[in-house]
This record gives sequence, structure tokens and C-alpha cells, in this order.
Amino acid sequence: MNSGNAELAETILQIRRGTEADAPQYQDFTLRYEDGTSVLDALMRLRREQDSSLAFRYACISANVCKECVILVDGEKQYACTTRLKPGRMVLEPLPGKPLLRDLVTDTVPPKEKL
Amino acid sequence: MVEPNSDLRRVETDILVIGAGGAGMYAALAAAEAGVDVMLVDQSLVGRGGATIMAQMTVAAALGEAEPDDWRLHYADTLKAGRGLCDPALAELLCREAPVRIREMDDWKVGWARTDKGISQVMAPGHSRQRCCYVDVLNTGPAVAACLRKQVARENRIRRVSNLIVTDLLTDAEGCAGAFGFLMGEGQPVAISARAVIIAAGGLTKLYRRNSASANMGGHSYYLALQAGAELLDMEFVQFFPIGHLAPRLVGMDPIMWDPFRYKLGGRLLNGKGEEFISRYDGGSNTEGYTTTRDLTTFAILSEVAAGRGTPHGGAWLSFRHIPEADLLAAFGPVIDKLRKNGIDLATMDVEVSPIAHYHMGGIRVNTSMQTAVPGLYAAGEAVGGANGANRLSGNAIPEAFVFGWVAGHEAAQRMAVAQHRALPQAALNAALDCYHSRLQPPKAERDVIGTLEAELPGLMWDKVGPFRNAADLTAAIARLRAMQAELAQASVGTGAIFNMQLQSWYDLRAALRTAEAIAMAALQRQESRGAHQRDDYPAMDDAWRRNIAIASRNDALQLEALPILAETV
Repeated sequence: MNSGNAELAETILQIRRGTEADAPQYQDFTLRYEDGTSVLDALMRLRREQDSSLAFRYACISANVCKECVILVDGEKQYACTTRLKPGRMVLEPLPGKPLLRDLVTDTVPPKEKL
Repeated sequence: MVEPNSDLRRVETDILVIGAGGAGMYAALAAAEAGVDVMLVDQSLVGRGGATIMAQMTVAAALGEAEPDDWRLHYADTLKAGRGLCDPALAELLCREAPVRIREMDDWKVGWARTDKGISQVMAPGHSRQRCCYVDVLNTGPAVAACLRKQVARENRIRRVSNLIVTDLLTDAEGCAGAFGFLMGEGQPVAISARAVIIAAGGLTKLYRRNSASANMGGHSYYLALQAGAELLDMEFVQFFPIGHLAPRLVGMDPIMWDPFRYKLGGRLLNGKGEEFISRYDGGSNTEGYTTTRDLTTFAILSEVAAGRGTPHGGAWLSFRHIPEADLLAAFGPVIDKLRKNGIDLATMDVEVSPIAHYHMGGIRVNTSMQTAVPGLYAAGEAVGGANGANRLSGNAIPEAFVFGWVAGHEAAQRMAVAQHRALPQAALNAALDCYHSRLQPPKAERDVIGTLEAELPGLMWDKVGPFRNAADLTAAIARLRAMQAELAQASVGTGAIFNMQLQSWYDLRAALRTAEAIAMAALQRQESRGAHQRDDYPAMDDAWRRNIAIASRNDALQLEALPILAETV
């Protein structure tokens, strides 16, 4: 897709949904593509506009200091806040190798910070 | 029906600290130092959430390293910036103790930047001396948070709990006996018995469309205090940071990052027509380029926008194009690369900036021991109201977190001599548990009530309870906020308790809507313009309003009271 029609473009976020108890499933969310938008911006917009049950981690909101928003974007470990949205399809999944809690959230709380 | 208490986890601690930013961590350290056990909880990760880690600016303390200084001068500057509304005793405490805490952090190797004279101290708006220290370009907050996390981790009296959402304080006629909440990851309700509770989860700027907030700055502290029977103070005074980043979209950086560069390099603020305009609003006192206080700069930018002289996205231009490229590179260092990744080349383009909600001057009413009117309940940091009056000086937020945190922890520890553990008030616990279980029933409404309310609130607050206010807008906002609260009360979220962000959002909204109502009601009552509170219909400062407005919740309604001003202490 060239940048000439990017303003009319859409992004389809294919997002892994559910908890560890559920069979793996993916849900597609379609958003209007906007230049400069981050993956975290898009996830927050999805919660407000399409499905507030969508779960993902974030704390500092785009300052990239809390380091909480790490997920897999198209199979690569990325901060959702510093990864730009692209027109077309993007696959978002929780981090592998960590217990899955829900959707994009894995258990990343250090053991010494649990009750 | 879910059986009440079925999966309730009960835990006990001497002191519960809610919120693990700078104030909460300092409170925990002071209490532990006094030999008391502490549970330090945060809804994000301990030491990584809240406002402290976001701070990219400077920290004010009269150390006198760059030039002779005295805490009394810092105090005088603080009162002046506060436009006659500061609680002088709290302002004194902040300014007098700030150097102690800053030097303590130095001993803990936080890494304050140094010159050959000692700790580097620079000028910031509203200060009469070079008083503001920092760690590194844009790294003060993360360095401070990391330093405190290390100290906290070292202290075995402090039990850290991340991803715990405290939703209710449990109080009765004897005072505060603990709290109710739930663990996000486990999806489990928790009752915490404590001999003292410190609220250190201040901040509410997430209520506004344009903000510099982190996820958990949604007004929780103020809601908890009101529900426990404590009072709030100065809630109408939300500080708007004048030159927050507006466009183009900037990610991976805090939106308030421009300020130190503007100071260092003399960045120019221009309206949509490319004209300098600040001097039209501050009587020409801004000839040095960077002495105007935050409230005046905010007023100036938004006045230009209102007059049709704004930028495309509704702000002002910040321009560094007159600065030689070598100087830009030297000043911005590695930040230049981060900006390039965002498509920003300062040598050839200006950026758009706008006032954004940044800090809350108002907060929980406490004495100089950080005690509220509720026995056993304390507050610290941004959650506290009064020290900064109608407008906060640049650099006062971090020392406020340290100083008030330390005092709250120390004073709460003294209470251990008189306060024993007691059974949690059953009525309060049952009410909290009932509410929690009701939320987890399948939703009745077809539409997404939580998402809709979360989407509406920031715009409502920005448009009607924002930097410029009037009676009609405020009245409409109050009515709408009450209707939204009624709608929320009927909503449930369903879909299981484990990391249920709708459940968290329901509690976020409960706190945010009530806090928003408190801001709007106080803003309606204050029929004048002063500091961060600007009324279109009452544009002048009125001496009759040299009063603080206190707010309490009685029978679930907010009640306001105008208090006489407190006498200066120095």
C-alpha cells in the first residue's frame, strides 16, 4: 500500500483473545488508519469505541518509561507505545513463555510483588 | 447468587500505603525506618506507575549550591505562585524539608547532575533563585523512581504488592481500619486490615482530553478520601501545563518534554500567524522569554486560539528554527534521534503545543502531620491539597512527593502506639463485597456502557470544566456527571474476574465521575478567576474569594464550604 492513499486506509488488528482456559482464538478489529498512531493508541481507541473488555497492559501511556506494554506485534517483541500502526493487517499476541491471563496480558508481575 | 466472602482473601499489615510512586515509596521507607511493617500496593507495578516516573522536569529545593538560597525564599515564591490560597504551614513544610530529602536521595545515589560547584541547580519559571536540580535530560523521574524502588526492595519490613486495585476504605465511627480491593491477575477480592492507611495515589489529569497522565491518574485518591469521610480542598485548581506536545503525534516520549529545551535554547512561542504573543498577556514582563508562570502562559495560548489565531490542531507553534543546528544537537543530544523517529526535524519545522492537564493543586485536606479528619487515615504527595494554592511552581511536585511521603510514613508509624488491629467494620466490608460481586453479573445493557462513559468523560471535562469556565457550562457538566454516575451504578461487566479491565474501568469511572463532580462544583462556586481557575463570566480576581473551598460527602451528596484563608507562618 503506498502512502498516497494511506489516509483512506484501514488497519485490521488481529488480536488473540481469551484466557489460558480458553481455546486459542483471534478476533479481527478494523480501524481507520491514521498517520503517526501507535499500536497502544489503537488499542486504547478500540476499548473506547468497539470493545471495552479487550485486555492489555499499559501504565505510563506512551512515554515509554513503565515498560509494561510489551506484546508480540507480527511475531516480534515490541512496546505497543512505540510501535506505529501500519495500514493493512497486524497480528497482536501476548508474550510467549509467560502465563496468559487474558487477551494480550501475561503475568509479568515479579514474584516478590505478589500477595 | 455468589456467596458473599466466598473467595475473599484477608491480610493484615501495620500500615497500608496506597500508591507506589514517589510519595508512597517515601512513606513506606519512613514507616519501615520507624520499625513498622508496611504493605505498599499499586494498581500498576510498584515504583513504575503514577506520576513520579513520568517527571521529566526539575526538582526545586533551596540547597544553595548554584547561588545563596534559603528555604524561606522558596516558601515566598511558592506562596506568590499560589495566588494567596496556599496553606502556608504545608508550603513551609514542603520548602523547609525539601533540601533534607534531596540530599538524602543524593546519599542514595540518585545521580543529581553536578557542576564544579556541587549539585547543578537551574532557574525555572516563578523561582527567584537557581534552585531546580535534575538528573539528566528527560530522565529525572525514571532515575528517582529507580532509586526509590531500590531502597524499598532493600527493606524487608516493606511488602510490595503490584496490580492490586484498592476500591474502598473500610471505616466506621472509630476511623479507618483498612481497605477492600482486588488482585487483577488472580481476579480475587482482598480485605486488608491496617492500623493506619496512607493515600498516595494522587493525580486526576486523566479526566481531561489533553493530558500528561499515566493510566492510574484518574482521581482514585480523592474518591477514597471522600467516601471515608475526609474532606477535599481547592478541587477547582487543575494545573494546565502550557506547552504540552500537540502535533505531530509523538510517541515514546512524555508530552511535557519541550519545556527544558525551550528554557535552555530560548524556543519561541508563536501563534497561528507566526507572531510572538505572550507579552500581550503578561504586561511585557516576559522579555527574557521564560519567566511567565504556567497559568498565564496557558491563558495566553488559549486566548489566541479562541481569537482564531491558533495552529491547525488548536494550539501554538513552538519554534527552534532560529537556533543554529549545532546548538540544537548539543542541547537535545540523543533526544534528536527520538524526535526524528517521530518525523520531527526541529531545524526545519515547528511543532504544535497546547495546554494539557498536568497536575492537581487541590486534594485531600490534611494537617502538617498529613492526617485527615478521619482517625488512622493519612495522605501524601499530589493527593494532598493546599501546599500549592491556586497554581503550582515548576519543580514543587517531586519535593512534595518526597517530603509529604516521609512525614505521612513517619507520623502514621507514631500512631502504632495507640492504634491496635481491630475487626474490619462488617457493614463497610459487606457493602464493598456486594458491589464487587454485583459488577461481575452478566451485563444488562446491550451497548458497552463502560466504553461509552470512558470515551465521553475526558471531552466533557475539557470542554466544560477545562482551562476556561463559565456558569452555564459548569452547571451542564454537573448535571451530566450525575446522570453518568446513575448510569454507571446500574452497569455490570461480567466475563470473569481475572484481569478484567472492564471491572477496573467500572471502579475507575466511579472514582473519576465523583472527582469530576467535585471539581465542577467547586469551579461553579468560585465566582472569580485566580491562578489555574479561569472563569469567562468572572474574569477578575476577587479579594472576597481569597478563601479555600472544602468539600465533603454527606449522605452521598457533595457539600461545599468556603473557609477563611490561613495565616502565613513565616
